[in-house]
Amino acid sequence: MKSLDELDKLREKLQQDMQVRQAEHDVTVTVSMGTCGIAAGAREVVKAMLDELKDQGLSNVALTQTSCAGLCRYEPLVEVIRGDEKTTYVHVDGSKAREIIKKHLVAGKIVTEWTAPEE
Amino acid sequence: MEMYRSHVLVCAGAGCISSDCKSVQQALYDNIDKYGLSREVKVVETGCMGPCDLGPVVMVFPDGVFYRRLKEADAAEIVGEHLLKGKVVPRLLQQTNGGRDQAVSFSQLEFFRRQTRIALRNTGLINPESVEEYIARDGYRALGKALSQMSPEQVVQTVKESGLRGRGGAGFPTGLKWEFTARAAGHPKYVVCNADEGDPGAFMDRSILEGDPHSVLEAMAICGYSIGAPHGYIYVRAEYPLAVERLEKALAKAREYGLLGDHIFGTDFSFNIEIRVGAGAFVCGEETALLASIEGRRGEPRPKPPFPAQAGLWGKPTVINNVETLANIAPIILNGAEWYASVGTEKSKGTKVFALAGKINNTGLVEVPMGTPLREIIYDIGGGIPGGKKFKAVQTGGPSGGCIPAAHLDTPVDYESLTGLGTIMGSGGMIIVDEDTCMVDLAKFFLEFVQEESCGKCAPCRIGTKRMLEIMERITSGHGQEGDIELLEELSSGIKTSALCGLGQTAPNPVLSTLRYFRHEYEAHIRDKKCPAGACQALVTYSIDAVSCTGCGLCSKVCPAGAITGEKKKPHHIDAGLCIKCGTCKQKCKFDAVITV
Repeated sequence: MKSLDELDKLREKLQQDMQVRQAEHDVTVTVSMGTCGIAAGAREVVKAMLDELKDQGLSNVALTQTSCAGLCRYEPLVEVIRGDEKTTYVHVDGSKAREIIKKHLVAGKIVTEWTAPEE
Repeated sequence: MEMYRSHVLVCAGAGCISSDCKSVQQALYDNIDKYGLSREVKVVETGCMGPCDLGPVVMVFPDGVFYRRLKEADAAEIVGEHLLKGKVVPRLLQQTNGGRDQAVSFSQLEFFRRQTRIALRNTGLINPESVEEYIARDGYRALGKALSQMSPEQVVQTVKESGLRGRGGAGFPTGLKWEFTARAAGHPKYVVCNADEGDPGAFMDRSILEGDPHSVLEAMAICGYSIGAPHGYIYVRAEYPLAVERLEKALAKAREYGLLGDHIFGTDFSFNIEIRVGAGAFVCGEETALLASIEGRRGEPRPKPPFPAQAGLWGKPTVINNVETLANIAPIILNGAEWYASVGTEKSKGTKVFALAGKINNTGLVEVPMGTPLREIIYDIGGGIPGGKKFKAVQTGGPSGGCIPAAHLDTPVDYESLTGLGTIMGSGGMIIVDEDTCMVDLAKFFLEFVQEESCGKCAPCRIGTKRMLEIMERITSGHGQEGDIELLEELSSGIKTSALCGLGQTAPNPVLSTLRYFRHEYEAHIRDKKCPAGACQALVTYSIDAVSCTGCGLCSKVCPAGAITGEKKKPHHIDAGLCIKCGTCKQKCKFDAVITV
């Protein structure tokens, strides 16, 4: 290390992965991974999200999974939780997943076309 | 660094390694491969997480789910259900609320919630062999700040104002020690880390060395900068081979990254560290004996003054600090003296790491603010006494300390309060004993230890502790005499005032302390030739209670001396003349019919 700046830059780079271990996160993205979800392609959604989160350099986002939510015909389901605000996206695939991250997480705009329809 | 969506932290502290966490870890790897999750889930081996009794333990992030008492076979379910589908595995969770609920996250357990982890901030949360993980959690930032934004005097001043006191047991103000050494004349100066942790039952320093070695290296460098020392030594006991290995790896990494060595962070400051390994002598935990050992001489203490700050290693000004003391330095530099001083009590600032052992449910490692009441540590965090037995006393400070009985459970734990009760904080070992422990036997155990470890240089310790031990042995074997207690007290007084070093000066403490609170037990041993706790074998008589005995005959089958006789279905009888008091019959009896008197 030639300078404190060098150390700081390295730390920032490393923190992105380490923040998984934090107690709290600003945003939690939950992908349904019940049998129905996996059958519908939830694994691809997770992989795509992981890649996009890394590309965007987002920190303090927890990517978790849960089991069948009950809305099996709308799988793969992705829930974005920021504080009290909860948004459920339906029929998500790899490319939609990346868009959700770009539009909702980075730009802060919910992609209403892809959210759960009103019953 | 690769990004993963989940980190599975596997505790690889000494306790969990003994419980075979390695096969659990391997099984996790295998299953993660099998389910194709290796690009999404990372398995991290960490240092001691703290709840050693529950090992092997694992924490799954980002959820913070805490799994305990794991076996190799559990890995398949953890991966297949939790990691793949997000379904927590209920049978592997820890109970809470007196067993009525299950805690999903570790933060729901009293054991973790009541802790304030400063010295243990990284232990259990990072891979100790990764300097990158240390850096990600603000590692070496304190060193950088000190070198680029603070003068050596400012560093010393910050440590002084924090109120940090030596955590090795003596509790001397750390900042003051650094200041004396900085001002002393002599060159080169040295920084020495005392990693000889010798107290039986203590493993605080061990966990820091094995779980967060860089915190020690960084602190030593900061100290070196503040006092003008170019070189440091870490004296580790040989009984900690894993700690030695982790320190060596950490040193290599730190040098590779230029965080130790020449011109750190491009400044004029250079600092190098060497590791020296002990050879099994408890006395080498005493600072002057330790320095002698590094110099290649026999580990024997010398009179003080002069103190190491004036004349230490090779006669040069030396700071010698305990591992836990050093582990607090980086946060103090980063967060400021005021922050540190806001934790703890007026005279005892900060936190203390305690190793809970003995008759307690949650044996393990905890860190709490100074001033936390003993009751909270033992019952809320420690989970109370197993088997529904009654708390009798807690022994603090190892062979140099004393015991605290139930009457003083509400005492806040800090240096002054413990000294007032006749014991010491010591390095943090807390051994809890219950109604089945004989306090005379406990004191004798520590005296035996000290007698073996006495270096022999001064007569009060060499001869005095031997004479004390002889008296204790007579008492516990039924040959105590009237006047023995007074003799013990007289010897203790002499040894305390005239022994050359702390080992001898504190050797009488366990005896004095148990005499203070449990004098009646000594008297029972001497006058009635009885051991109230039923522990001293020579004073215990085994007999069978005719009412409870069902005549099953199991005891007479297992008795190695053939001392038990009786007809089937009729109460059995022990012949006291043949009984060798091994205790097997009492252990095996299913009806609690064997009683000791």
